Amino acid sequence: MQNKDSIKNTLFIGIGLCLICAAVISVIAVGLKELQKSNAILDQQKKIVAAADLKGFYGTTESAFDSIEEKIIDIEEGLITDISTEKYDLSKELKDPSRYIALSSIEDIATIKKRENFSKVFLEYREDQLNTVILPVRGYGLWGILYGYLAISSDLNTIIGLEFYQHKETPGLGAEVDNPKWKALWRGKKIYDENGEILIKVVKGKVDNNSDMSTYEVDGLSGATLTSNGVSNLLAYWLGDSGFKKFLNNLKQENING
Amino acid sequence: MAKTSEVLLSPIFKDNPIALQVLGICSALAVTSKLYPTLIMCVALTATITLSNFFISLIRNIVPSNIRIIVQMTIISSLVIIVDQLLKAYDYETSKTLSVFVGLIITNCIVMGRAEAYAMQNGPYMSMVDGFGNGLGYSVILIIVGSIRELIGSGQLLGVQILPLVSEGGWYVSNNFFLLPPSSFLIIGLFIWFLRSWKTEQVEPAEFKMSKNAPKEVKADHA
Repeated sequence: MQNKDSIKNTLFIGIGLCLICAAVISVIAVGLKELQKSNAILDQQKKIVAAADLKGFYGTTESAFDSIEEKIIDIEEGLITDISTEKYDLSKELKDPSRYIALSSIEDIATIKKRENFSKVFLEYREDQLNTVILPVRGYGLWGILYGYLAISSDLNTIIGLEFYQHKETPGLGAEVDNPKWKALWRGKKIYDENGEILIKVVKGKVDNNSDMSTYEVDGLSGATLTSNGVSNLLAYWLGDSGFKKFLNNLKQENING
Repeated sequence: MAKTSEVLLSPIFKDNPIALQVLGICSALAVTSKLYPTLIMCVALTATITLSNFFISLIRNIVPSNIRIIVQMTIISSLVIIVDQLLKAYDYETSKTLSVFVGLIITNCIVMGRAEAYAMQNGPYMSMVDGFGNGLGYSVILIIVGSIRELIGSGQLLGVQILPLVSEGGWYVSNNFFLLPPSSFLIIGLFIWFLRSWKTEQVEPAEFKMSKNAPKEVKADHA
């Protein structure tokens, strides 16, 4: 190997090495793809089942998720459509200008800029009765958008749980949105008052349990005021008129009539 | 085989990649706010550096010297991609918290530094030992920093509550500073100080001497 610095050898080593590395990576990436995909899907399902607190009833995440119906709804109309859920992908929806609306800064309290026209929601029925509605929500916290699921019980006003599956909040501060103790505070909180006004919010500090408002309030995350405000804002947006309010009202009507 | 243990153990305290060579500081700051992701990061880096040293050493005699850095980078980045893919497949939760930092092992100076400084001159077996030793040296610091930060910052270790927090009815007021990256500077700085007080041969000669303050002149016209 006395002329390892020759052009021929340089090209040979360079190309050869690239080919070997590319082949090894491709084999591994393709081999692990299925596992990664199912991980990502399982992660979503886990969050949905956790938000709706269904694991205790059904035993496992898989069987709980199997009992949930996925539906695509038209947010504007507030109605369930018969669009197939299989190909639905939020990131694709938000790329096609005919399939989302751009929000003006006044409307856009959750700072999400675009709202899709069609959304995938999850409905759980027990003995043909609607038991849980799980809605996808998202909004800006401190460092980026928090993505999560909000589960509401059949009266369409009581929260069962709120679970975030993706966020960039500070570990130990804003990332405490994942703390089970904090998440447990959401259970049983009410969203709207008698007039349909959205009252649910995260307060700064502790909730005063003697106040009339305490059923609408959740303790703030200490040291993470902006994340707490972000959570309040995203709920206010998604439960409001340009969010899922119409859909929830329609479901309520259906419940009464049916 | 005294030499093997020397190569393996010296990077831990005597020639620590972070404390003495001051390499790879960025990831030591970024991933250490909780102990569990820190441990995963240590395993990921140790695996990468061990294997990269091995492969680079294996082909060191046929690599043309003018493209050797690119060759090293190609091998290191391939290994990092593999580690990242494995993590996504087997520990999805942690891969979400570590996100870009696993990818950034590519730019970790320790890996590149050991490849260039050791693996290009030594045989595959010794290079592996050297890589593993340096991985351990990195891990020792990261684990110390991660433990201190998680304990002081959130009163926990590996997610288990050790010091009951005031917010949950205990007595410990968590120090939020330790959850932010700059606190690692402090801990690493203290660690280097302790290490050099213990192993005084690591103290570098001063680059310059402080001169004494000139005596104050009494200004007569202001009196």
